[in-house]
Amino acid sequence: MTELTKTQQLDLLYFMRLTRALEDRLDNLYKQGKIVGGLFRSLGQEGTAVGSAYALDKSQGDILSPLTRDLGAMLVMGALPREVFASYLWRASSLSKGRDQNIHITDLERGFIGTISPLGTLVAVMNGVLVATRMQKKKTVGMVYIGDGATSTGAFHEAANFAAVQNLPLVIIGENNGYAYTTPTTKQMRILNLADRAKAYGMPSEIVDGNDVLAVYGSARRAVDRARDGGGPSFIECKTFRMRGHAAHDNQSYVAKETLEQWRKRDPIAHFEKELRDKKIASANDIDQVTQRVDSVLEEDLGWAEGQPAPAPEDALGGVYAEG
Amino acid sequence: MPQLTLLEAIRQGLWEEMERDPRVFILGEDVGAYGGAFKMTEGFIGRFGEERVIDTPISESAIVGAACGAAMMGMRPVAEMQFIDFISCCFDILTNYAAKSRYRQGIGIPMVVRGPCGGGVHGGPFHSQNVESFFLNTPGLKMVEPSTPYDAKGLIKAAIRDEDPVLFFEHKLLYRNPKIKQEVPEDDYIVPIGKAAVRREGRDLSIITYGAMVYTALDAAEKLLQEGIDVEVIDLRTLMPLDREAIAESVKKTSKVIILHEATRTGGMAGELTAIINEDVFEYLDAPITRVTSIDTPVPYAPPLEEFFLPQVDDVVTAARKLAAY
Repeated sequence: MTELTKTQQLDLLYFMRLTRALEDRLDNLYKQGKIVGGLFRSLGQEGTAVGSAYALDKSQGDILSPLTRDLGAMLVMGALPREVFASYLWRASSLSKGRDQNIHITDLERGFIGTISPLGTLVAVMNGVLVATRMQKKKTVGMVYIGDGATSTGAFHEAANFAAVQNLPLVIIGENNGYAYTTPTTKQMRILNLADRAKAYGMPSEIVDGNDVLAVYGSARRAVDRARDGGGPSFIECKTFRMRGHAAHDNQSYVAKETLEQWRKRDPIAHFEKELRDKKIASANDIDQVTQRVDSVLEEDLGWAEGQPAPAPEDALGGVYAEG
Repeated sequence: MPQLTLLEAIRQGLWEEMERDPRVFILGEDVGAYGGAFKMTEGFIGRFGEERVIDTPISESAIVGAACGAAMMGMRPVAEMQFIDFISCCFDILTNYAAKSRYRQGIGIPMVVRGPCGGGVHGGPFHSQNVESFFLNTPGLKMVEPSTPYDAKGLIKAAIRDEDPVLFFEHKLLYRNPKIKQEVPEDDYIVPIGKAAVRREGRDLSIITYGAMVYTALDAAEKLLQEGIDVEVIDLRTLMPLDREAIAESVKKTSKVIILHEATRTGGMAGELTAIINEDVFEYLDAPITRVTSIDTPVPYAPPLEEFFLPQVDDVVTAARKLAAY
């Protein structure tokens, strides 16, 4: 694995902090009633999203499809905070023009394909992306995210098997965050590790601490390199924890306080900042600068998004077919 | 010009599109080495290779999901459902991904999902269905069902070149039916999606239909002519979007309408067609719109049961007599 430079490691910290601070602002907007529908946070899972996406190579046209709890992965690929604000605030200038919600936003040029709410579907779609790039003689690697819950969907099983049979350059990031909405993993499957599923597809797998951004990066990088070299798909299980309810309305009453407390001590951002300081990779000042950069970007972008108009009612029309 | 069956005409259309456009590829169960359960793609893998004729696992969601992803990246996939009944297995990917992509993310999915539909071959409940109503309530999809070899070739080409997802239904009873063989030009042509055809001109009443039922309607029309009832037969060819102009034109001319389809009755195409006629040309009607359809049961297997299930020529004749006398 290539060692990450100081700049790259500060990049990782920047995207993790950006994710968390952006979601903090979204939380406030939700409480103010400015965001309608749901708000899905990735609190505690920033290391998984950022570390995995960082292993992709944009110069090769790599492309990913995140879940709602992978905001960090989209930011790494170049999604802008203003686009996320505009989407949540249902502005006419959002990437979906107000037609879809939260981070269901797509830009093939920058390499991110927004998910849809039925889970597992995007694994199948990402296979097709890679069938296409193979025919186009490109060395593109695709990365797709799946939660512990969604590994039980038919679409996931079909698509993982299809990727294996076709030897597609796919990296599946399995986010094991303990719960599918309210259902613990023990009621979802009889295996301890999501990675055990990979064996059934004849796919190599790794299990990694999802709250250790460098470990996630390292594991993802090995899978990305293997995929690009023709080694086919891999599955990486990131063990992490969802530190909030399924969405803003859910107070997580079904999760033991002690469990949350244990995981709070393993916060991916605090953990990484300590590592950067302990190993003398970055100074307290370097870290402060990251935080300041995050704050100034978010302030500007939120201001921009709030100034954007809402869609006109009749904008609901059109765009269903190419003919208009 | 050579006489082709419906199946041969579709195959020719697929082959020509594969030759013409390197973005076109085929994926599905047994489509490669075996050439497909109905031999639609026989010989394709030898000419185009296994990268463009992909044998897949039995995984309709994975097949159509892959088609969606490839289409987003600029390819022109044609996914085969071995029997169109199995399209229910990929309902999510079609209705939630393919149909909504352009609207919610501005990215079209130029993909064809094609396969054999329809009964009359004693295929039982899972190899005989007509699935158009399942998808009629999903904006973003198009649906096509040719009844003649000429149309089949032109429509499959139009479907492949279309910028949006097209479900392409091929009635298996027509695949090799020698009676409907037709001269099909060997050159490139398309039949536009969204346009119906008048199969028989008539003055007294219109039968609006599609697929194999076009022939049921034409046979009924012959019988009815002997009784002095002059029937017009409209072949919709495209089920979504519907050709409202052609429908209105025929209703204005005859003022009496039978809607005939092989799919079951409740929630079928006939209900939607009735609503459209009411909206567009109600004042031209001289009688209530009549439905002739299959009964509201699964498609039964045993020949006497299936015959009872499917609309027969005599059912159409009886309905037409009653309507003509109204």
